[in-house]
Amino acid sequence: MLEVDKATFETEVLQSGELVFVDFWSPACAPCLDLLPEVEAFAEKNGGRAKFCKVDSGANKRLAISQKVMGLPTFAFYKDGEKVAAFSKDEIDMSAIQDKLDELLS
Amino acid sequence: MPEIYDMIIVGGGPAGLAAGIYGSRSRLKTAIIEKGRPGGQAATTEEMENYPGFFNGSTGPGLIEKFVAHAAYFGTEIIRGEVADMELKGNVKKLITTKGNEYFSHALILSPGAEPRMLHIKGEGELRGRGVSYCATCDAGFFEDLDVVVIGNGDAAIEEAMYLTRFANEVTVIVIHDEGTLDCNKASAEKAFRNPKLKWIWHSVLAEIVGDELVEKVVIKNIKTGELSEKAVDGVFFFVGAVPKTKFLEGKVDLNQQGYILTNDLMETNVPGVYAAGDARAKYLRQVITAASDGAVAAVAAEKYLSEMETFRGQVLEQQVPVALLFWAPQAEESIVAINRLESAVEGTGIRVAKLDTYRNQKIAGTYGVTVTPTLLLFRNGEVVGRLEGESSIEQIKSLFQ
Repeated sequence: MLEVDKATFETEVLQSGELVFVDFWSPACAPCLDLLPEVEAFAEKNGGRAKFCKVDSGANKRLAISQKVMGLPTFAFYKDGEKVAAFSKDEIDMSAIQDKLDELLS
Repeated sequence: MPEIYDMIIVGGGPAGLAAGIYGSRSRLKTAIIEKGRPGGQAATTEEMENYPGFFNGSTGPGLIEKFVAHAAYFGTEIIRGEVADMELKGNVKKLITTKGNEYFSHALILSPGAEPRMLHIKGEGELRGRGVSYCATCDAGFFEDLDVVVIGNGDAAIEEAMYLTRFANEVTVIVIHDEGTLDCNKASAEKAFRNPKLKWIWHSVLAEIVGDELVEKVVIKNIKTGELSEKAVDGVFFFVGAVPKTKFLEGKVDLNQQGYILTNDLMETNVPGVYAAGDARAKYLRQVITAASDGAVAAVAAEKYLSEMETFRGQVLEQQVPVALLFWAPQAEESIVAINRLESAVEGTGIRVAKLDTYRNQKIAGTYGVTVTPTLLLFRNGEVVGRLEGESSIEQIKSLFQ
């Protein structure tokens, strides 16, 4: 997964021509670390279908807030510079995220 | 034949880790199945200084790191997975994970823990992750120089509110009780009342969280006057207790109405060989220390069960010849009669006789549904192939052997 920060978010995510998945996480967030292996597996499995990024929201707090993210973990999908779907905290279920990805690509 | 563990522990919080330490230190083949990282709720509780020996700056994550290292030191295996279903009848328990992996164990310790309770207030679900939080260590950083409210006044609420004051501009605790009354421990209450960044709103509850994309304000209801007031805030942290994560156990072990697992003092559930420990158990105090205590008791009780079962396996289940097993009571007249008749009946059949004191082997009796003494079970290759309950004649016993 591509590590994105405040300097690269604009070009890598908002200006990307493809569908982008972003994992807003931080090293202090235990539930985020719990999910990390599943997220990595999800990104690997769907490699080539979309772009998979993660943002350390502890180090890029203002960026996260600008994206209306004020709680971790939050997973979001971006298309043509717009956030088109977001999942947060206990809404996160990797099979629902997979369904959303498939839906957004269809 | 799949690998069979001596002890599998479901859930790697403090209870599960303590059980793992005791189990593997007793040289039992022990594994913990854990969905995420070990640690449970303690891993997200920053302020924690009531575990004996850990104080003055020690934290939940710091304590848990030591628990995990301790379990690993004695050889507890940690398996990543989430248990979806299980088969608990019989001597070998089977666990099936959401990914379809199967695990087998002679004894099982259930320590799935609990998770924060949601109040389902208007706006709570919609604004989760956008200012509504249940995890201070996860989200406190977002609220630097912003204002937050904390809902709740137990240990977790007050300790996490103090943690939040390190980040937020102002932390307001909304308390349902009269002024000065908190449910938390006195040491935390005194510390909290001295903290200048903590503000208090008494005899009030949260009525609504308002915001378009991010939390903008909350509506607070004064329960004495019924009056509603608004307060502009950026974040709402809920610490209003927990609910046990026992949905997957419904219909498998006895739960109480709130979903907590029922056990006796030995941490035994109603199913032989299945134990429970930690916050998911019905009990008085839910803390790291009581979770660890439960784990130790459960592991030692399970170890005793395993050795009882091992003897049973050797003398009954793994015999090459058929075994006639009598559940008896040495002091009861009808049991003595039954033993004598059994010994006459087996003569010349090559059947081996074994007897178990029903009272002293209640787990085995429970496993085979023995409620009447005497009860005679005939085993072939470890399976029950015949059964006689109560007083039986030599002829009845002989015909069972046909």
